[in-house]
Amino acid sequence: MEHLIIAPILIPAFAGMLLLLEVREHQPLRRFTGMLSVLALVPVALALYQQAAGGEIQVYRLGDWAAPFGIVLVLDKLSALMVLLCTALAVPALLYACRADDKRGANFHALFQFQLMGINGAFLTGDLFNLFVFFEVLLIASYGLVLHGRGPARVRAGIHYVVLNLIGSALFLVALGLVYGTTGTLNMADFAVKVNQLDGGALELARIGGLLMWVVFGLKAALFPLYFWLPAAYANATAGVAALFAIMTKVGVYSVARVYGLAFADGALAGLGRDALWVMALLTLVLAAIGVLGARRLGEVVAYMVVMSVGTLMAGLAWATPESFGAMLYYLIHTTLVSGGLFLLADLVARGRGKLGDQLVAGPAPAGRAGLGVLFFIGAVAVIGLPPLSGFMGKVALLQTVPAPLYWLFLLGGGLLALVGMSRAGSTLFWRATGDGAERRVDRPRLAATLLLLAAAPLLAIWAEPVLRATVAVAAQWAQPELYIDAVLGGGV
Amino acid sequence: MEALVAVMIAVLVGTGVYLVLRARTFPVILGITLLSYGVNLFVFISGRLAVNQPAIVGNGPASDPLPQALVLTAIVIGFAMTAFLVVLALRGQGETGTDHVDGKRDDGGEG
Repeated sequence: MEHLIIAPILIPAFAGMLLLLEVREHQPLRRFTGMLSVLALVPVALALYQQAAGGEIQVYRLGDWAAPFGIVLVLDKLSALMVLLCTALAVPALLYACRADDKRGANFHALFQFQLMGINGAFLTGDLFNLFVFFEVLLIASYGLVLHGRGPARVRAGIHYVVLNLIGSALFLVALGLVYGTTGTLNMADFAVKVNQLDGGALELARIGGLLMWVVFGLKAALFPLYFWLPAAYANATAGVAALFAIMTKVGVYSVARVYGLAFADGALAGLGRDALWVMALLTLVLAAIGVLGARRLGEVVAYMVVMSVGTLMAGLAWATPESFGAMLYYLIHTTLVSGGLFLLADLVARGRGKLGDQLVAGPAPAGRAGLGVLFFIGAVAVIGLPPLSGFMGKVALLQTVPAPLYWLFLLGGGLLALVGMSRAGSTLFWRATGDGAERRVDRPRLAATLLLLAAAPLLAIWAEPVLRATVAVAAQWAQPELYIDAVLGGGV
Repeated sequence: MEALVAVMIAVLVGTGVYLVLRARTFPVILGITLLSYGVNLFVFISGRLAVNQPAIVGNGPASDPLPQALVLTAIVIGFAMTAFLVVLALRGQGETGTDHVDGKRDDGGEG
């Protein structure tokens, strides 16, 4: 089982390449290959999670080069959890896209697989430059996916998204240059050790390198002031793609958590940029809440809810105690699945209303109004954080572990604004209907995919205790970077 | 020599940033290209400047081979991204009828 750790990268990579070879426009075969790949990822991710849950940190040396000279993949509880979450999101997202959306442009399935490969790679790698490479893999696939389906709105949002991320990549390279120039290593564990041996000018340069990394990860995570690209890009993306993108911001959050936990939790640069992350997180919360109020489409409302969740998460991370980190991970699981489900639901509503789409103006009621309305209610209650669903559990856990009055104010105030925004959206769409819309029925498989994701809300609430216990265990391991460093460097050098 | 290289990188990055802030897609693409030149040079010298030294570890002094490998990766990725951005900008021109980065027409209307 030693080689299993690389499977989450290899399976989508092979599937993606196979899909590129299938040159004939034979959609069923493509769908089959794509679904086979994501379904194969499910047992793999579960097995990896099981392996990691034992507490041992598994290191996989690519090409059998000893760390820090070769590139390593590292499986600890945090990466295993993130891979599992990504898989759980990918299955319904692809299922939804397979109904028709994948036909609106070439190579949708190949791009989807490469996207998964990049995301899983970013979660598993133990090398900073390798992280950059996997970022690029997931970004270039996401460029294709954002534009999938054509249309001026998508191209406009796409240009902003691509240019901003290219500049982000350039900054990441500068950060890596500084890291390598000062410590002579790019291995995360080795960097964590070496950064403490620096002093004088070299330490200042390493500090700049670390802060630049926060900027880059903040751009990926859509943290204030770098979130402006997100609402347009997500709201205009095809539904299945937008649902998968719910985890993209979490890649940024994960990267901050990983690098911070290893290198900056303690030692020469202890608490690097923590205060800045804290302030930015709180500002993100407020501005996203205002965005929810001002949004003109349901897709935008959900996109701003994603930004808001990033603020919530980043604040929990910047508080940087194992307890707050555990609570934040619970909230992360909840928000990823539920906002993915809401993106799918927004598309179902848009389809049911015909020309008006998901714009928040009174018009004909969407087909299947009663069922969709109930689903929207469940999703809204969960994402705002009202009892009794998962969002409430997550927020209570966060409020308990982050006893800062300012955070309470912003989180609860933001929740209130979100409540107003979501109620406005729901009542406009479902209650102020001017008549019945098209007589079409809601597509069953699409509804099933949406249900799969939104089911996370009640399930996570029912099993809140075991899930929280698991995330707190992840956090406990995260708070002991020496375990990770020993596993990577111990015996190797 | 350090000062010369530093100034070179500064000029490349400075012009790059200026161009990226323009409102038309073509200057933006040029800006990103210049920016990535500057950044590649920066990564390249992170293994320290050395003259007349082999790039492989052998007897005697050798220059650091790793930044060269890194910069090669970065160049390949940057090249592909620029090509993609050019195609995207052309499609933006085709779909919105303008090369403004926000897709706005010169008369201020939406494209």
